[in-house]
Amino acid sequence: MQESLQKRNWSGRAVLLLPYLWLVVFFLAPFVIVFKISLSQTAMAQPPYLPVFDLSTGWAGLREFAAQLSPDSFRLLFTDLIYLLSYLKSLQVAAISTIILLLIGYPFAYGIARAPRGWQPLLVMAVVLPFWTSFLIRVYAWINILQRDGLLNDVLMRLHIVDAPVSWLSSDTAIYIGMIYSYLPFMVLPLYAALEKMDETLLEAAADLGCPRWKTFWLVVVPLSLPGAAAGALLCFIPIVGEFVIPDLLGSSETLMIGQTLWNEFFANRDWPVASAIAVTLLVLLLVPMLFYERLQQRSLEGGR
Amino acid sequence: MQRGASPFNIVSVALGLAFLYLPITILVIYSFNASRLVTVWGGWSFAWYRELLNDVALLQAAWISLRVAAFSATAATVLGTLAAVALVRLGFFRGRLLFSGMVYAPLVMPEVITGLSLLLLFVALNVDRGFWTITIAHTTLTMCFVTVIVQSRLIGFDRSLEEAAMDLGCPPLKTFLTITLPLIAPAIAAGWMLAFTLSLDDLVIASFTTGPGATTLPIRIYSEVRLGVKPEINAVCTIMIAVVAAGTIVASLITKGGVARRERAALGAQV
Repeated sequence: MQESLQKRNWSGRAVLLLPYLWLVVFFLAPFVIVFKISLSQTAMAQPPYLPVFDLSTGWAGLREFAAQLSPDSFRLLFTDLIYLLSYLKSLQVAAISTIILLLIGYPFAYGIARAPRGWQPLLVMAVVLPFWTSFLIRVYAWINILQRDGLLNDVLMRLHIVDAPVSWLSSDTAIYIGMIYSYLPFMVLPLYAALEKMDETLLEAAADLGCPRWKTFWLVVVPLSLPGAAAGALLCFIPIVGEFVIPDLLGSSETLMIGQTLWNEFFANRDWPVASAIAVTLLVLLLVPMLFYERLQQRSLEGGR
Repeated sequence: MQRGASPFNIVSVALGLAFLYLPITILVIYSFNASRLVTVWGGWSFAWYRELLNDVALLQAAWISLRVAAFSATAATVLGTLAAVALVRLGFFRGRLLFSGMVYAPLVMPEVITGLSLLLLFVALNVDRGFWTITIAHTTLTMCFVTVIVQSRLIGFDRSLEEAAMDLGCPPLKTFLTITLPLIAPAIAAGWMLAFTLSLDDLVIASFTTGPGATTLPIRIYSEVRLGVKPEINAVCTIMIAVVAAGTIVASLITKGGVARRERAALGAQV
């Protein structure tokens, strides 16, 4: 007995070791490096930042290295208005998109949950399928529709709703359309999961006691679906804040979202320390919603045991 | 949930599905448009598909993408399955909080952060960037999706078969390979499929971790799309949609077959 327990413990450790090591090396360690480079300065060198960490110089080298670190990049982020506006824009787009997604996603998920049992897997599959097709393709599909000589303007002009083509692309409207389109499955699925497993007898009890349908909906259905709504909202809000592809292809170049600013600092300006500092602050900003999401995820996966 | 959909329910589902499918449908239809303009229908034509066959750079990019996706999905499936087994079966162990944190974080981590941090790691390690750095990056990104899928299958799992095998003297590894693995195989297959498509789809992380000579299909498409709509791109996208749709349908048939078999087996056991 004792022996078998030990054996299981040993094989358990072997199972854990590989993914653990992989994540420490390729997920955790990179963040340490990002943090370190965010405290460095740009340089005309390869790699384009200073100081470069070098263990071979020994203790003295290490001290010199530490002395050269500076929070200049962070200071820049908080003084230059471009970055501040960029953060605000990202939060605004994410918040408004999430609210619209909730408003559209809820009736959608509710409708699926009330469809006949046999239909439900098919409907869920229909919601998931677009998620499997490329993100880039889905955003690109909207360019076909929204561009100046695109389909939307064509239809609107034929119906005489507008006289001249409207520029839909390169606007906030286009960003919101792209976000809502791309993230709708992420909102609908957790909502549906929460609504689907709701106990039918609760609704019957409410009806038996003379509660009108709309009141049952508000007092029973909505509160019970809140965990699903929270999961869906976080699953949309967090990635939207850091989104790059959608605002880059559909949005204007006036106020950039923070993902675009990071991208530009890195690829266009080759300012690696500032790009890293943006990543660090973005991570700090998203830490609370992320921890919240992890709690929900853990509870939903492990609570059902 | 109570049955019986009201007209409002039906309308909201119909509108939701229309919203999801209309843009893709339009894209597919216009990939067969003989005219170069989106608003002019010039009749059905395969011209843009023929043109694709001559676009060597694009075909090369597609080949690289498929290889990256196959390698990274396989590695991610192995790592992700191990992580799921560890999370479900080991109970409490030292460092569990850190481990589960690292497993779930990539699900919501903005891609620009993951991409940048991995690139800086590769630079710090002084690795030549290219095919293998993209593959490693995609493995890291997609393994957490495999973990979540396999984990939910492992949780809703009857352990009595495993215990029976162990009681009869089957060693743990053999029990895992002959009992557990076949039972969670549908989830593992679904995880591989998801990892494959996510890798095929990724633009941001690939852009950060790529090097000379390793242009993936999304990077290629992105650089074309920035210059405006081209019918050839409609054709590429249609092919990708067709591949993914076929894959998804096959995967769901496999899973369904698995479920049906298990249900039959369970029924048989009861009789």
